[in-house]
Amino acid sequence: MSMKIGVPKEVHENECRVALTPQTAGQLQKLGFTLAVESGAGEKAHYTDEAYREAGVEVIDDARKIWSDSDIVMKVRGPEKHPALDTEEIDLLPEGGRVISFLWPAQNQELLDKFAAKKATAMAMDCVPRISRAQKCDALSSMANIAGYRAVIEAANHFGSFFTGQITAAGKVPPAKFLIIGAGVAGLSAIGTAASMGAIVRAFDTRPEVKEQVESMGGEFLLLDFEEDGAGAGGYAKVMSEEFIKKEMELFAEQAKEVDVIITTALIPGRPAPVLITEEMVKTMKQGSVIVDLAAEQGGNCPITEAGKVTVKHGVTLIGYTDLPSRLPTQSSQLYGTNLRHLLTDLTPEKDGQIVVNMDDEIIRGVTVVKEGEITWPPPAPKLSAQPRKAPPKPVEVKEAPKPQSFTGMFIAMAIGALAVLGVGAVAPPEFLQHFTVFVLACFVGYMVVWNVTPSLHTPLMSVTNAISSVIIIGALLEVSSPHMSIMVLAGIAIFIASINIAGGFLVTQRMLKMFQK
Amino acid sequence: MNAGMITTAYIIASVLFILSLGGLSHQEKARRGNVYGMAGMAIAILATLAAAGVTNYVTIIAAMVVGGGIGAVLAKRVQMTQMPELVAMLHSFVGMAAVLVGYANYLDPTHTYDSHAAKVIHLVEIYLGVLIGAVTFTGSVVAFGKLRGIIMSKPLTLPGRHLFNLGLGVASIVLGYYFVGAADIASGWAPLAIMTVIAFIFGVHMVMAIGGADMPVVVSMLNSYSGWAAAATGFMLGNDLLIVTGALVGSSGAILSYIMCRAMNRKFLAVIAGGFGGGGGKGGAAAVGEQGEVVATNADETAELLRDAKEVVIVPGYGMAVAQAQYPINEMTQKLRAAGVRVRFAIHPVAGRMPGHMNVLLAEAKVPYDIVMEMDEINEDFPHTDAVLVIGANDIVNPDAMENPDSPIAGMPVLEVWKARTVIVMKRSMATGYAGVENPLFFKENTRMLFGDAKASVEAILAGV
Repeated sequence: MSMKIGVPKEVHENECRVALTPQTAGQLQKLGFTLAVESGAGEKAHYTDEAYREAGVEVIDDARKIWSDSDIVMKVRGPEKHPALDTEEIDLLPEGGRVISFLWPAQNQELLDKFAAKKATAMAMDCVPRISRAQKCDALSSMANIAGYRAVIEAANHFGSFFTGQITAAGKVPPAKFLIIGAGVAGLSAIGTAASMGAIVRAFDTRPEVKEQVESMGGEFLLLDFEEDGAGAGGYAKVMSEEFIKKEMELFAEQAKEVDVIITTALIPGRPAPVLITEEMVKTMKQGSVIVDLAAEQGGNCPITEAGKVTVKHGVTLIGYTDLPSRLPTQSSQLYGTNLRHLLTDLTPEKDGQIVVNMDDEIIRGVTVVKEGEITWPPPAPKLSAQPRKAPPKPVEVKEAPKPQSFTGMFIAMAIGALAVLGVGAVAPPEFLQHFTVFVLACFVGYMVVWNVTPSLHTPLMSVTNAISSVIIIGALLEVSSPHMSIMVLAGIAIFIASINIAGGFLVTQRMLKMFQK
Repeated sequence: MNAGMITTAYIIASVLFILSLGGLSHQEKARRGNVYGMAGMAIAILATLAAAGVTNYVTIIAAMVVGGGIGAVLAKRVQMTQMPELVAMLHSFVGMAAVLVGYANYLDPTHTYDSHAAKVIHLVEIYLGVLIGAVTFTGSVVAFGKLRGIIMSKPLTLPGRHLFNLGLGVASIVLGYYFVGAADIASGWAPLAIMTVIAFIFGVHMVMAIGGADMPVVVSMLNSYSGWAAAATGFMLGNDLLIVTGALVGSSGAILSYIMCRAMNRKFLAVIAGGFGGGGGKGGAAAVGEQGEVVATNADETAELLRDAKEVVIVPGYGMAVAQAQYPINEMTQKLRAAGVRVRFAIHPVAGRMPGHMNVLLAEAKVPYDIVMEMDEINEDFPHTDAVLVIGANDIVNPDAMENPDSPIAGMPVLEVWKARTVIVMKRSMATGYAGVENPLFFKENTRMLFGDAKASVEAILAGV
């Protein structure tokens, strides 16, 4: 009997996303699950009930029924008060039920207790460990990507000019300048979006290793004249030293006077957002500038932004929206749905519609915050994956510096060689020495020429040298006219096989070389 | 044509041959290089035919037309995956021709010598020409058999094989002494024939002892030998064109062998001594300890991964050649490139069974050569690569070469594919590579295994891309 996944309508105000799309529905069915969705759940994300039905999903009108009849409930937001039913969603969950959604266990201890009381299993999509294998399930990254994009769009909405520079008949338009602080997923996405809209984008991050990523997205990385690496465990940033922060603030203050748009994305896990743009800096910004603070929910990188609102202070528009992913509901639902699908794929190893909560799997261990009534959060620290394990001691440079002796050795060898050549010279007839000169020089010419051959042409090189070496046919040609039968036969055969070689070698080389094309 | 004109014709031919090799330094000039080679050969042959004393035109034309016809058919019919075999076979012809020309020259009773030294030198030249030619001949035949799969590619390790080789070498020298000291042709004939047999045996044994993975070295080494054989013949005939050409080819093959050895971090002598790759890799895998598990994937997931990637690098190996997967790979590459994915190929110097083998196969499938990169060009880019597709390659992507000093392939430069975000390894099974070494790449966290025939797998991915 396969498990049933139910997806209720999101109840949070202005939440437009949905945890299941018709596309992911098809993929989940392949894993053996049966699916049900509350009527109208996908409406705001532009997925109609009809589309779900076509994808084979049962559409149920009653939220209670979804909660009570499903083996697994998938949501975007964690359970909260249901305004229409006037009850807590968690109370709708049957004993031993399962929920997969964003849960933020660090901030919602109470909710975990409630799950535990219900003997329920809860999986938090915000707790996917930051390991390479888990990227496909990493809902935070996929949402951050959308938030970064949307942040630029929101900024465009409130900014009075073009982002791109233009020269028009009516005059020159300078390009807008962006400062993006924090080059995580959201920051990089914002850099890419702003750059593709023609803006000049500068970015700053405490982790110098993201410089290349910033540049690859079309941004310019602002370097601080200070040595400190901000990379913490799991690929997130860590708290920096005071001195570093001071330098950093100087940089921001200087940039604030110049840029038109600032997007801040700096967050350190489990802490209030660091203050990066002070009110003083806001005052120095140009009139009409825009600040988008993606950390508004955690207090804001700019303390005067208001979470969830757009305000204008000191002539600067401060955008503190906390629901940016939900403002792109179709795409964010699709990505979130896919993240869920990948997680469920890992949870259903047999593809039989039965989930197995295997706590030995690092991803499943990470997301499972309550298992059958037992609170299992926080998980043990994940193994670092971003960096190579430091354990294997660097393969000790086995080569000790080339022995100084080798030069002497070479010298001795050369000396012996020279003596041997001299020895031959002493007895050999001059004719031989003439040939010998030619031979040695030709070796060097070959040496010089062949080193220039590009490795991709090594095979043609071999076939052409092979064809050329059948110039040995000349020897046979000179001998074949001998009156002696035996010599003639030997030379004739030699001509025959060398001819195979000449024709075969050159023609096959020609055929090969014709294939090489740009 | 008088002798002076023939000599100048030979000089022109020599210059053309040098230009021919020089032309191969770049793809765009390469075809011209080949034409230079043909022109040089034509001039050399025509000049020789016009030489005084060459009269037996019937035999010459008959042999050349038939031989050339066979060669042309071979060149036309051969599949690009079989190039190593063809090249090995052609090498054997040069070797045999050198033996025959040497014999013919020795049998010629019209030779007169100015001095005793001249005679000795001439005989030594004949002896060496035949020796090198014979080794090249059987060595190439065995290499051909190994590449064809007629002869098992595992190294044959006879007990005391080094002593055996040494014995053959000493015997050759002793026979050479008798040969040079022989009073007349009839009495010198026996040592020459016995030496030829010994050289044949030596050629067989030498290549038999070398494992499949070292084939690129063997093929380029035989290439070199065929050049030295031609050079020795040139000395024997006092013909500068042969000497120049032989030296060019000989040093070219030697350089290729050297490049191949360096790419495997092996000593040339160690490769020639053979016996590598027959298991017995001490502590290859065991030293790593915990291996972890292999994560398998399927074609659909791979297709999705590739579609969603920005940077893809494809690493082909001998498995691609065996499965003839280069055509679907090219199609897949085109589709991905049309979809805006940056696709490049990374070629390890010893991928395949011959230097440059992979390049030829990819070129055959019409993969543009400017996206085919050498190891040194692309190794630094792996950390920024979203997906790497390893198709039928094993040892050349083995992280043990860098991380495990006890590994038999320690120190061999490898493609650092594991630094990419995701690595898809297409393989028939979990078997080890030719070096017989376990590959920890398969157990890495970011590695997915796609088991099955490379061609079928690529076609399945192609359908999903």
